[in-house]
Amino acid sequence: MAKRDLVGIRELSSETIHLLYELADRFWGVLETPTRKVPALAGKAVGLLFFESSTRTRWSFDLAAKRLGADTVAFSAAGSSLDKGESLLDTAKNLLAMGLDAIVVRHRVVGTAHFLAQRLPVPVINAGDGTHEHPTQALLDTYTLRRHFGRVEGLTLTIVGDLFHSRVALSHLHLAPKVGLRLRLCAPPSLVPPLWYGLGWPIYHEVEKAVRGADAILVLRMQRERMQRPAIASWEEYARFYQVRPEHLASGQVLLHPGPINWGVELDGRLIDWPHNRILDQVQAGVAIRMAVLYWALGAS
Amino acid sequence: MLLGGGGVLSLRVVERVVAQGELIGRTIQRMAAQIAESFVEGSWVLVGIQARGYAFAQRLQKALEELLGRAVPLGGLDVTFYRDDIGRSAQLKVPHPSQLPFSVEGTSIWLIDDVLWTGRTVRAALEALRDLGRPARVRLAVLVDRRGHRELPIAPDCVGYSIDTTPQEKVLVSIDNDPPMILVRYG
Repeated sequence: MAKRDLVGIRELSSETIHLLYELADRFWGVLETPTRKVPALAGKAVGLLFFESSTRTRWSFDLAAKRLGADTVAFSAAGSSLDKGESLLDTAKNLLAMGLDAIVVRHRVVGTAHFLAQRLPVPVINAGDGTHEHPTQALLDTYTLRRHFGRVEGLTLTIVGDLFHSRVALSHLHLAPKVGLRLRLCAPPSLVPPLWYGLGWPIYHEVEKAVRGADAILVLRMQRERMQRPAIASWEEYARFYQVRPEHLASGQVLLHPGPINWGVELDGRLIDWPHNRILDQVQAGVAIRMAVLYWALGAS
Repeated sequence: MLLGGGGVLSLRVVERVVAQGELIGRTIQRMAAQIAESFVEGSWVLVGIQARGYAFAQRLQKALEELLGRAVPLGGLDVTFYRDDIGRSAQLKVPHPSQLPFSVEGTSIWLIDDVLWTGRTVRAALEALRDLGRPARVRLAVLVDRRGHRELPIAPDCVGYSIDTTPQEKVLVSIDNDPPMILVRYG
């Protein structure tokens, strides 16, 4: 069997996505047992190569591997031999030579996970490559909805925020048709990639209209660090027109955010207390989904 | 050469019946009676190994409850994540849900499976139980014991049929079909 990489949602079949949800259900059950772990991947070692900052995703993969009985080796770019000019591939190969069974990689360059997946003999899992894809985030967002609503198919999800720089949004674009999710997109015109107008999903420039009747709202972070030219006039201006506030939401609508949140920019601080705020559920769903992905990648020869 | 070589025999499926029809119901009655004896020493719960062991355990539970005249708790335990062959087979093993409607801690457990062969599934089940608590004691009941193939020091306490098989044979248990049937099939 070919090795199982997770480079992007784009490469996953609908069957595989539903299998990952089903496995995540089992692992959610595991997370609720007294030991919160199983020895499914005992003896395996997973390398976590994070060349970009991360809190949730890295901890989540680390915890997911450990809950499966695997060991993890964490690598961060700062203070590594990359400072001495070692290439990414050499770094990865050297880590592999230490005996790793899978690699989780995050890098600011688009295509890094694909590049490593083509060249390394072990499964490579993309934890975010620049503005391209962040497959496990889209999986855990929809898995959170699946747990809340009991299904994903037929739900309407509004994504509000910086679409232009968002790998989360791009992964959702690939995921939605495979699981029967309906998308609505909302951003200032300067933060909508021009090609997205031709995808068939409605694009809004008003939060109120975009969220009306939706089952859930996924609010994206404004990515200050990726903006090479000013795409918005000011944070205040963005917040005035695109911040999601309690008065926008109707009862029953689920609120999601991949984190980290800039309270007061994309989200009104009062939404911390929104009854269907599922932002912290996303974190537990993240561990279950990443356990599912690691088990899927390493559970068969 | 019996098989292979391109002869007509190579297409033949060799099957033999271990038990069928009413006999299987009687055997389940006998096993339930034997398990009921243990209730003299205190109360027990049943834990069936997912998926076919659980289906068999449901039948045992029914027979046992009729004998004892009271409810006997039953849980289903999936041992997929505790198997020692994960990553060795090309097929990804997808577990069933485990559902134990009782605490394992301090409980006396009859572990139930349909077929006992190498003993590896039972070992996985014992480990899975240990992660849920510390049972007071565990006994093992199986409908079919393929004797002589054990790869671990595990022995059943209650057996429906003890049969001789070769490693190439498969034991097929379909107790919920009409008529119920236990077969040994070659290849």
